[in-house]
Amino acid sequence: MDFMTTDVLIVGAGAAGMYASISAAKSGAKVILIDKSLISRGGATVMAQMTVAAAIGHQEADHWTHHLADTINSGRGLCNENLSYLLCKDAPEKILEMRDWKTDWANDDGQIRQVMAPGHNVKRCCYVDFLNTGPAVARTLRGEVARQSNINRVSGVTIIDLKVRDGKAVGAIGLNNETGEFVAIGAKAIVLAAGGLTQLFQRNSASKNMGGDSHALALRAGANLMDMEFVQFFPIGHLAPRLVGMDPIMWDPFRYKLGGHLLNNKGEHFIESYGGADGEAYTVGRDLASYAIIKECEAGRGSPNGGAWLSFQHLARNELETAFGPIIQKLFENNIDLTKQAIEVAPIAHYHMGGIEVDSTMETKISGLFAAGECVGGANGANRLSGNAIPEAFVFGDIAGQSAGSHKDVKRNFTPIDGEKMLSTTFDQLYKQSSNKTVSSEMTSRKLLSKLQNIMWTQVGVLRNKEDLHDALLNIQEIQNDMFPKIQPSPGTTFNPSLMDWLDLRNSLLSAEAICLAANGREESRGAHQMEDIPTTIDSFMKNQIVSLSSGQLTTIWKPVQRIKLNLGERCQIKF
Amino acid sequence: MSDKVLKKRGKHQPTTLLNIFRGTDASNTKFQTFEVPFQSGASVLDALIWANENLDQSLSFRYSCINANACKECMMLVDGEVEYACLKRLEKQVMRLEPLPNKKLIVDLVTDIVPPKEKFLTTT
Repeated sequence: MDFMTTDVLIVGAGAAGMYASISAAKSGAKVILIDKSLISRGGATVMAQMTVAAAIGHQEADHWTHHLADTINSGRGLCNENLSYLLCKDAPEKILEMRDWKTDWANDDGQIRQVMAPGHNVKRCCYVDFLNTGPAVARTLRGEVARQSNINRVSGVTIIDLKVRDGKAVGAIGLNNETGEFVAIGAKAIVLAAGGLTQLFQRNSASKNMGGDSHALALRAGANLMDMEFVQFFPIGHLAPRLVGMDPIMWDPFRYKLGGHLLNNKGEHFIESYGGADGEAYTVGRDLASYAIIKECEAGRGSPNGGAWLSFQHLARNELETAFGPIIQKLFENNIDLTKQAIEVAPIAHYHMGGIEVDSTMETKISGLFAAGECVGGANGANRLSGNAIPEAFVFGDIAGQSAGSHKDVKRNFTPIDGEKMLSTTFDQLYKQSSNKTVSSEMTSRKLLSKLQNIMWTQVGVLRNKEDLHDALLNIQEIQNDMFPKIQPSPGTTFNPSLMDWLDLRNSLLSAEAICLAANGREESRGAHQMEDIPTTIDSFMKNQIVSLSSGQLTTIWKPVQRIKLNLGERCQIKF
Repeated sequence: MSDKVLKKRGKHQPTTLLNIFRGTDASNTKFQTFEVPFQSGASVLDALIWANENLDQSLSFRYSCINANACKECMMLVDGEVEYACLKRLEKQVMRLEPLPNKKLIVDLVTDIVPPKEKFLTTT
């Protein structure tokens, strides 16, 4: 079995993982940065379109305390305010550090351009190019990572399980996708930065790799998750006609810049009838907009494919071209002419507010196990403010990297890990589960992943109810207990997709179950968790739900929300 | 490898035949034909994902981002031209898919695109 050792192992190489690797390396640690896909390309960062929120105040007077107030308001009472504080306070210096590293933020003579986004009180969101902020950020970080001589980059290795001994993270086993060989990595500290889990839902804006790996790895290592019930649905994901080469989130910058009209099938504006304000300003929150579109569809006023119409037909061609020249061309290649037609949009799973429970150093309850980026829970509460995902990746990546690099165990000797034994334990446990149920010989992991996506979309989606949530949990447990153990990956060693799918399914089932369990527990509507049969927000549920795994069973407990001690209202003279 | 066309029974709808390179030996050119549903506007990657789920779970190709053309992993030869499978439209005709010719073949449409400095190397 191939074996590597390092001071700090970082799992996932998007913005959070790359930032963490740079900061860990600068603290003097030896780092392995590993991704199941390619470094910098496999996760959500490279797909980010535009907005990066940070109170740098280049366009309007601003202060991080205002950003914090907006973040906490948007979080509907559930933000871990210590994490929100870190996010908002450190975001400006990260934007400027990225500029030093040659990220070409859009600017006028050095003043970085910032735009308004829903939920922000001032123009706060930086960008590089309307649809290319993510790729530019990923490229910058990739370059910085390459400049650090003590970062060892590894692409194409899927981490299967983490090794914890005596309450300490000491290493991991993985699959080298290309060779089909299993590998072991000894580490003194580990950072989980493998992203979110929106691939669990049928309609999503995720890459293939975002199926809850971080969460499942954390649970099996003994760490806690929190706020798992809160999945953000982006209200106006592209639905139809089929559009290739563009991220389904692409209409967001169009709306920032051009407004546009969101209409039902009668051609009526409808957001206003749900208590929001739409029109040209585009200020409606994401949770309300998603709710309104689904309700219009239920009332028979949806678009043909089950969404709403988004129209820019009231704008002249030259206005569109001035704003989005090359993209208008790309749309033409997709046979879409915005001056002649509206397009269909619908809510799609876009971001997950919940995730791994960490303290202010990004450490989990397992010593030496840290987390960073979207897989961290708490900073965004029950509903994320737009533009907060990328700064969260930078800030939490930086903190996690520093904490891991200077962790007390990094100065110790290695705890040797027996990779072979660990691997056989993992696989023995998977195969020893038995069931009397028979499963079709044609059933595959890929088919079960699709089935899981369907359950999550139809029963744990934008609008939830008690009965569906209860069914969903049973449906997922049935796949977990009766079907998954009967699925065998097809034999073969080199780049075996059925084995990779099987490992994905294992993680996805556990993460999906955690979401369902938490959603069942929260008997109210709040932020992104909207219950049709309990439409009110209930004060006694203003608390965080913690999910943990013990003896193979997921359990939940409630914890009070962590409030910040700063007197922010006074400091920034705004009212919460 | 069987000469039989892999397809789903009992479906009568427009289809595309994908003639796909299979195996790990670049000098031994084996192709296998997959019948996939033709949908207007769909990409070659959409069809490959469908074939992998519905016809053969061992069919190998790389992709991550699915739609955005951001990850750049799905590059392959389509009818002899280098294309991103996520951008190339499915056509209502036979389409030939092969791995990139200038990269080391791993299996099927998967080639070695991992930079040499990003390989797993045993250190102990």
